[in-house]
Amino acid sequence: MGVDQKMPEVTTTTLDSLVDWARKYSIYRYPFVTASSDLEHMSAASDSHDMARFGAEVPSVSPKHADLLLVVGAVNHKMAPYLRAIYEQMNEPRWVVALGDAASHGGPYDNYSTVQGVDKIIPVDVHIPGNPPGPEQILDGLTKLQQKIESKN
Amino acid sequence: MSKSDIKRLSRKFRKKVLSTSKQFGVDAATVDREILREAILYLRDDTKLLFDYLREITCVDHHEREPRFEIVYVFYSMSRKKQVVIKTALPEDDATVDSICDIFGAANWGEREISDMYGVKFQGHPDPRRILMYEEFEGHPLRKDYGKQNSQPRVALLADEREPIEEETQAPDEEPEEQDSHQAEESDSAEETQTPDEGQEESDA
Repeated sequence: MGVDQKMPEVTTTTLDSLVDWARKYSIYRYPFVTASSDLEHMSAASDSHDMARFGAEVPSVSPKHADLLLVVGAVNHKMAPYLRAIYEQMNEPRWVVALGDAASHGGPYDNYSTVQGVDKIIPVDVHIPGNPPGPEQILDGLTKLQQKIESKN
Repeated sequence: MSKSDIKRLSRKFRKKVLSTSKQFGVDAATVDREILREAILYLRDDTKLLFDYLREITCVDHHEREPRFEIVYVFYSMSRKKQVVIKTALPEDDATVDSICDIFGAANWGEREISDMYGVKFQGHPDPRRILMYEEFEGHPLRKDYGKQNSQPRVALLADEREPIEEETQAPDEEPEEQDSHQAEESDSAEETQTPDEGQEESDA
């Protein structure tokens, strides 16, 4: 931002933290869903475990509008080029969350077709463990991502 | 309980029905692949049999047994509510069999899956493409001699997928090594208790 060249440092820091606050409480997620962890993800996004409390209820249908690439479920080697293409289409700032064991490290699918962790294809910020993770763990991962958004910039 | 259907099949194709078996309530017949199409047409069209529903078509890889592959067809009769299993054995160097796509349309994708996963060729198949794996993939993954973790990545990976397994060379020597490490830990802890004192002495000095 060109502001920090013209205004004193105190104002820039406050502006940065204001921008981080806005970013972390209005995450547009792009759910890249392949497998069964989506049931828990949908449950976390709907009424009983509410993701709208954290401001992240809007799913984006286009990667160009999204902040967060939420990889849900196992990714195959057949699917890997398309996941990479979608990640590269996202504009900065962008974050990636690997939801579930299969997306984090391959999970129970230790074979020739499943990539042993999405972090072998794209850089991942937060891994959410569980097979599938319960909605509370998904919301916990979301708060960790918010802490990361706040502290990184 | 379709034993009578198997008997009817054996009576019609006498020597070409190689064996019959009954296991867990399933009646199966192993058939020579030359008469496979005839036998399946007979099962479908004969008025006493009427097996008109192909439930399943799979392949079994008997790794070191000749013949190596065995194609298994599971037929069901909707009107009579009976099930029968037909098997065909194929040798490894000549793993071809006639396709039954024109008899049963359900066999189309099943045969594509078998040819993709096992390498069995179906003659007369209208669309013999790979169905599950991608085009650049080499090999047939469900064969018993294809490594289970032998992956062929399409994208340059950022890190190794799996850590290399350390070889287990000295299993019986592990116990004395553990004792040595315990002693080493004790001496380390003794040294550690000394170093803070030395550090303090140095700082005082």
